[in-house]
Amino acid sequence: MTKVVLKLGDDVSTDIIYPGRFMATVLPTETPQYIFADLVDFNRRVKNQDIAPQSVIVAGNNFGCGSSREQAASCLKGPDFIVIARDFARIFLQNSINLGLNTIICPDIEADEGDELKISATQVLNLTSGKNFKVVPLPQARQAIIDAGGLIPYTRQRLLQTKK
Amino acid sequence: MGMTLVEKILARATGQPAVKAGDVVEPHVDLAMSHENAALVLNQFQEIYQGTGLEARVWDPDRIAIIFDHRVPAESSKTATNQKKVRDFVSKQGIGKFHDIRGDEGGICHQILPENGYVRPGAVVVGTDSHTTSHGALGAFAFGIGATEMASVWALGRVLNVEVPGTIKVEVHGDFHPYVLPKDLILYLIGKISAQGANFKVIEFHGPAIKKISTSGRLTICNMSVEAGATAGIVPGDAETVRYLNDDAGVKGRIEILQPDAEAIYDRVIQIDASAMDPQVACPHTVDNVKPVQEVVGKQVNQIVIGSCTNGRLDDIRIAAQILEGKKVARNVRMLVFPASARIYRQALQDGYLLSLMNAGAVVMNSGCGPCLGVHQGALADGDVALATTNRNFKGRMGNPAAEVFLCSPAVAAASALTGKITDPRKGA
Ligand code: SF4
Repeated sequence: MTKVVLKLGDDVSTDIIYPGRFMATVLPTETPQYIFADLVDFNRRVKNQDIAPQSVIVAGNNFGCGSSREQAASCLKGPDFIVIARDFARIFLQNSINLGLNTIICPDIEADEGDELKISATQVLNLTSGKNFKVVPLPQARQAIIDAGGLIPYTRQRLLQTKK
Repeated sequence: MGMTLVEKILARATGQPAVKAGDVVEPHVDLAMSHENAALVLNQFQEIYQGTGLEARVWDPDRIAIIFDHRVPAESSKTATNQKKVRDFVSKQGIGKFHDIRGDEGGICHQILPENGYVRPGAVVVGTDSHTTSHGALGAFAFGIGATEMASVWALGRVLNVEVPGTIKVEVHGDFHPYVLPKDLILYLIGKISAQGANFKVIEFHGPAIKKISTSGRLTICNMSVEAGATAGIVPGDAETVRYLNDDAGVKGRIEILQPDAEAIYDRVIQIDASAMDPQVACPHTVDNVKPVQEVVGKQVNQIVIGSCTNGRLDDIRIAAQILEGKKVARNVRMLVFPASARIYRQALQDGYLLSLMNAGAVVMNSGCGPCLGVHQGALADGDVALATTNRNFKGRMGNPAAEVFLCSPAVAAASALTGKITDPRKGA
């Protein structure tokens, strides 16, 4: 069981998730401090570690549109968020998978801040509203990267295979 | 079965007779581009090699391009230090296509690649920048990836697990009116299909009106295809592509052109009549909030920006200079111009365009990303309204979430600079 801590609408851009003015900071260990920097309260709660790991951010369509900056995925991965959206923008989704950020495509999701969710591979159950929502599985090719623990270990395996 | 242009390119890059949308492939990469974020790429690259006992060497230093553009000259010691790390890496690995902060060969990555002939028709190009879609203007399959994915490309020379995208065909007929520019076409299309209308798809541009657009204008169109969510935009190569590569980019020898098959299968076909099109403006805070200029004329603006990888080329600067020649930028407006590359800057200097713009009151800045992404220069005040030829108007994009950004062509921007209000260039300022 996990809780929704932030609810967002459609077209949340990477400029909102990780504003361009912090792009000089690149290392995944350092990016979480600037997460949603312009949502000042939320940013403060993350920095103060007021939010439990595996908490959920719920969004509408096209989450992560815009810039390819990987900081937008790493800043969410650091505090161990789960992102459930109706749909994701391509580069953001790929970055998330590469870094092992848990992104769930759930085209009909309805949930508000404070709602309790139960998430499985095939569905999201909103315990607060009692409603059930189907999860779209990731394409197999992407699942292979997740299973390897992210793109770095996956590439490492491939590299060792080719050099043998 | 016929193939779309991107299916053909991916078949070739994977050594298969044919591929189709939905297949998963691992294409060889012809060119891998990064900018300052190479600092993160090299961090991830070194991590890949940890514990392997292998020496961390890039697969092919001649196929890697690194261009400093996002924060040049460095705005902070942090950026400067990152740039320094990248410089060291470049010299250690012998990376050939490196463009440092220079007044002879520097500029924005999406301008540097085409103008130096680094991109060819039929190539697979990846870049750690979402506007890598630009290079589809030369008939390449070019798409944006993240830093970790680039690290993987540096190690293996291929992109792993690429799903062959479906393609939307856009056919443009008719003649553009004067002061209706390629920027207006792409804004119109994004408005029509929405910011996610082409998610995970390629947009292939066809039709007599596209044939008449120069490579510069095609770069504008492909650049902003990503604002409709597209993986890539692509214009099949033609005589103009060959002309550009030979004459402007100095490429010697034969240039091979790939074409989609006549029986290619498209997800969707969209017809556009260019002759019916007005200049367009994208209103805050999404790029698909597009209106014909007449619906927003009169809106007061505080800052006009002409430049970026979208519209910072010579023809963009020329049209602005022609509109402003002998006139003055309105007193209540700041006008910033930043040419997309040092080469364009020098040409605009020689041709007198920059002098016309400066005499009118514009500030000409060094080439680079400048105010486009709001980290460096030209930040907006609370409540400010900017009108820019750049490609994004998201909240906070120009450095201040309490400001508004409108997007338009260089003609609309220049005409509006004279009045301090959004102005239809067809009506004169
Ligand atoms: S000019 Fe703007 S959009 Fe283009 S590469 Fe630079 S920051 Fe990105």
